[in-house]
Amino acid sequence: MEFVNPEGLRLDGRRPLEMRQLRAQIGAVAKADGSAVFEMGNTKVIAAVYGPREVQNRSQQINDQALVRCEYSMANFSTGDRRRKPKGDRRSTEISLVIRQTMEACILTHLMPRSQIDIYVQVLQADGGTRSACINAATLALADAGIPMRDLVTSCSAGFLNSTPLLDLNYVEDSAGGPDVTVGILPKLDKVTLLQMDAKLPIDTFENVMQLAVEGCKAIANYIREVLLENTKQLEYRRGL
Amino acid sequence: MLHSKTFNKKTRGGRIQKLVREVYLRDDIYCGALFCKSCEDKSKARLTATASTILVLDTNVVLNQIDLLENPAIEDVVLLSVVLQEVKNKNSSVYGRLRNLIDSPARRFVVFSNEFHRHTYVQTMAGESPNDRNDRAIRVAARWYQSHLGESVKVLLITNDRENNRKATEEGVSAETIESYVKSLGQPALLDLLVQPASEDVIMEEVEDMRPSKRKVVYPEHKPMSEITSGLTKGIYHQGKLRVNRYNPFEAYVGSESIGDEIIIYGRGNMNRAFDGDVVAVKLLPQDQWNEEKSLSIVDEEDEEEDVHLVPGSADDAPGDFNTSTKFDFDTNPASSRPSGCVVGIIKRNWHSYCGSLEPMPMPAGRGGLVYALFVSKDRRIPKIRIQTRQLENLLDKRIIVAVDSWDRQSRHPSGHYVRSIGEIGDRDTETEVENDIDARPFSAQVLACLPPLPCVDPPGCTDIDDALHCAMLPTGNFEVGVHIADVTNFVHPGTPLDDEASKRGTSVYLVERRIDMLPKPLTEDICSLRADVERLAFSVIWEMTPEAEIISTKYTKSIIKSSAALSYVEAQARMDDSRLVDPLTKDLRNMNALAKIMRQRRIQRGALTLASAEVKFQIDTETHDPLDIGMYQIREANQMVEEFMLAANVSVAEKILKEFPECSLLRRHPTPNKRDAWTFASYCCCSDSLDRAVGDDPYFNKLIRIMATRCMTQAVYFCSGELSPPEFLHYGLAAPLYTHFTSPIRRYADVIVHRLLAASIGIYKLPTIFQDRPQLTSIADNLNYRHRNAQMASRGSVELHTLIYFRNRPTDTEARIVKMRSNGFIVFVPKFGIEGPVYLTMRGDKGGGEWFVDEQQQNIRKMDGSVSYSILQAVKIHLEVSEPKPNRPKLQLTLL
Repeated sequence: MEFVNPEGLRLDGRRPLEMRQLRAQIGAVAKADGSAVFEMGNTKVIAAVYGPREVQNRSQQINDQALVRCEYSMANFSTGDRRRKPKGDRRSTEISLVIRQTMEACILTHLMPRSQIDIYVQVLQADGGTRSACINAATLALADAGIPMRDLVTSCSAGFLNSTPLLDLNYVEDSAGGPDVTVGILPKLDKVTLLQMDAKLPIDTFENVMQLAVEGCKAIANYIREVLLENTKQLEYRRGL
Repeated sequence: MLHSKTFNKKTRGGRIQKLVREVYLRDDIYCGALFCKSCEDKSKARLTATASTILVLDTNVVLNQIDLLENPAIEDVVLLSVVLQEVKNKNSSVYGRLRNLIDSPARRFVVFSNEFHRHTYVQTMAGESPNDRNDRAIRVAARWYQSHLGESVKVLLITNDRENNRKATEEGVSAETIESYVKSLGQPALLDLLVQPASEDVIMEEVEDMRPSKRKVVYPEHKPMSEITSGLTKGIYHQGKLRVNRYNPFEAYVGSESIGDEIIIYGRGNMNRAFDGDVVAVKLLPQDQWNEEKSLSIVDEEDEEEDVHLVPGSADDAPGDFNTSTKFDFDTNPASSRPSGCVVGIIKRNWHSYCGSLEPMPMPAGRGGLVYALFVSKDRRIPKIRIQTRQLENLLDKRIIVAVDSWDRQSRHPSGHYVRSIGEIGDRDTETEVENDIDARPFSAQVLACLPPLPCVDPPGCTDIDDALHCAMLPTGNFEVGVHIADVTNFVHPGTPLDDEASKRGTSVYLVERRIDMLPKPLTEDICSLRADVERLAFSVIWEMTPEAEIISTKYTKSIIKSSAALSYVEAQARMDDSRLVDPLTKDLRNMNALAKIMRQRRIQRGALTLASAEVKFQIDTETHDPLDIGMYQIREANQMVEEFMLAANVSVAEKILKEFPECSLLRRHPTPNKRDAWTFASYCCCSDSLDRAVGDDPYFNKLIRIMATRCMTQAVYFCSGELSPPEFLHYGLAAPLYTHFTSPIRRYADVIVHRLLAASIGIYKLPTIFQDRPQLTSIADNLNYRHRNAQMASRGSVELHTLIYFRNRPTDTEARIVKMRSNGFIVFVPKFGIEGPVYLTMRGDKGGGEWFVDEQQQNIRKMDGSVSYSILQAVKIHLEVSEPKPNRPKLQLTLL
């Protein structure tokens, strides 16, 4: 199938190096300590953060750092065909783990010993790149909760179809079966915290695709920073400072 | 740049599903006009300032008039992405040609992605059909163009759809039909290229004269698609590909899976306008009609007759005939054992353009007027095609290409239109090259620029030598044998114009009088050619072999070699045979020959076939290029020796690359012959048994059987290893589980690909990215198969033509063998010249007259009174002569002495 036409346009009208439209909203769940909705095109994810709080299960308590827990789920209505999305299946367990590890790497857990941080992410609408969107949403929610972090973590995916590297695959492109590289970075520290790929790529192509994903992450980081800045300004304004 | 976002709703499959897709509408899509002031990016712009009109084409115009669009008179065309998408869905070959036009720098065709442009995106309105929506999108885009470019140019919407035309005019877009536009150009020759609308269509009143006899319905109606599908599921109809008998165009076969046998279709009426290669739905006739229908195929036979032609190289070349005369019927009632049927509908057309000439006809009184002419294809399976032309006097003595447009029930012949002319009838170049789709043009400057800048010394009589062998005795008593292949990939890098050109050509084409190269001459004949006493780069496969020719180890490496001698097969053979010679070179030759003999023996024991083809060789006059002598190509032991090592190298390389790249290797497979072909061969073998006893030893006989066997085989094909499962990789003819082509990169592109794979597998080069893309690799393999086949057809055509030229002034008597029985004679094979053709026992016109009788059980034909009888494989004396029954169509005629 042709995913990039000879005029250089993708199926949805983007060019290969373009990302979908980003949207973010902070504070979507009033009860949580921090929360955010993050959209990449038609992929929409909500994240809520509770903590740092007392460890619920004492046996899990860690004496020198905080316990980070993460739960990923997909809403029943997130895909077109309404199906029950079982919690705790292989896929969501894996993504939960991936998000937990990525976030753990940037939270300054040693500052909050004997406490627990819970991150809940739910996919409201799925159109490819849910993993990345979840990480971005979680970053915003953590920032909203005021949890100390080394840096923002942002994530973006890139693929390789029709011999062209493509940024931010949507569902149609994702299900083409080509390679899909998901990268998570700490943009200021310029460090990679997450790198996943299914399928195979020769090493030099892989470098290009990964570099593209990293560029995407940086662009997302800029956007998230803007959103946070705007949010902070509003808070300032509300407090009358 | 991202502008707005809208939703598309689609339904798919059996159930209704709501799909939501984003559409990013852009403002960086440019109009493609060089003179446009508002668009910044001019890199893709083609429309020139001189253009006074800019054409926006509707989908149906593109689909029907692609031949016209390819004419350089049509320029400054805007192709909308909605049109391209529709064309792609409806006809991929037209889409491919359209893309070629767009890519060609000489033409002024521009793509406008109207579906993603901010101002021309059109959302489906409630109750609007997709077709209406697309038409509206085209009109909106045309209007945008007009307002964008201003009044200085006229934007013209070309559509043949009346409704679209009317709406466009209402909306203030100027619109015309393609006919009126072409007329306004004032070039009458262009009108020939126009596809005429089907006569049931719009311009009924213009169709010739309305004599009632003309409007008579000739063919039964095709059933509607819905009825065909339901009929297929119920089992009333059978689906299959129609193959017309190459010997008798009034007889066709449809291989049907549903009844597990072939259905014979007799006569054009039953074929009901189906062409060779069409996928059709067939209804079986009642059993009592099966036999009587057969007469149809003979009654119709007015002016069709068989030609003398070369012996087919494989079953694919051979006519798809399996008629009653070659088959043994063990059925009690042989006459009605084969199901016959008639075509009720055509599921997929296989129409393309055909090469041939116009039927000679008197010039009409008014010069330059519109006349109807009948086109006769060179391929006898294609019926005559009626075309309209205004340039009859130009076309009568030309080979022309004609495309089929339609075939309606009222007309006996399909109607088509003239595409282009190739050249004069009888001109040698014309006859062989173009119709086989072979690119014989000289290499472009871009391609030649890719060659390494080496001084080209062109020694006289040099040829491309792409392989070399070496053999050395090891202290252990084993042999080290190396096959060294010219390292073409060192000079042909992926992605260069040189590589693209080679990939497009696919193979060198060997004609009798010349060769059409895949790669430019300096490369093939000097830089890569492994000539004697010069250092050359090579890609080597080196084995260690025991004296019993068991391979102990295999090494693959790039190497530099200096060939010690370039021997022809004849020279090599002479050296081996001359017992006085004991120099090292000759010794090595003998060692290799001994090894090769063992390998060959083992291969044959494994079940490899030693097939033979009747290759002929011409001696060509250097001045006139006319053939001076003709004879069978002789195969010596030396040929077999080299062949054996090449086969072994190919097999070793195939194993290596498949191990390294199981998903993306290019291999060659040869399918196991199917039942039908095996049947044909079995019938020959039956005869051979009986004949072996009768004839005793006969030098030609063995070979004849081999040739017969060869033609029962299908062709070997290239494929991508990821596409099939390992058991299907088998090369039947060589009895090798794996096989590929590695040994002739100078003349075959497949070998170039394999060289790259091998280089990557031993870590010399990185694998080019194209190998990641399986569909693309498959399309390359398909192209190679297509080119390979064309090249073979062209060589055959060339040999046939030269045979004809040779016999023109030399009527000859010679010996021939009967290979097939016909109702009024038999087909003979002439071993000396490698040709095959019919010999008629009865005069044409009086159809058999019952004087001769074909006995299918005995495979012979006898006179009613039993005085004379001919049986299959019998030797006969024949006379060869060129006659010209119709002007411009000389043919070889065989008569019995």
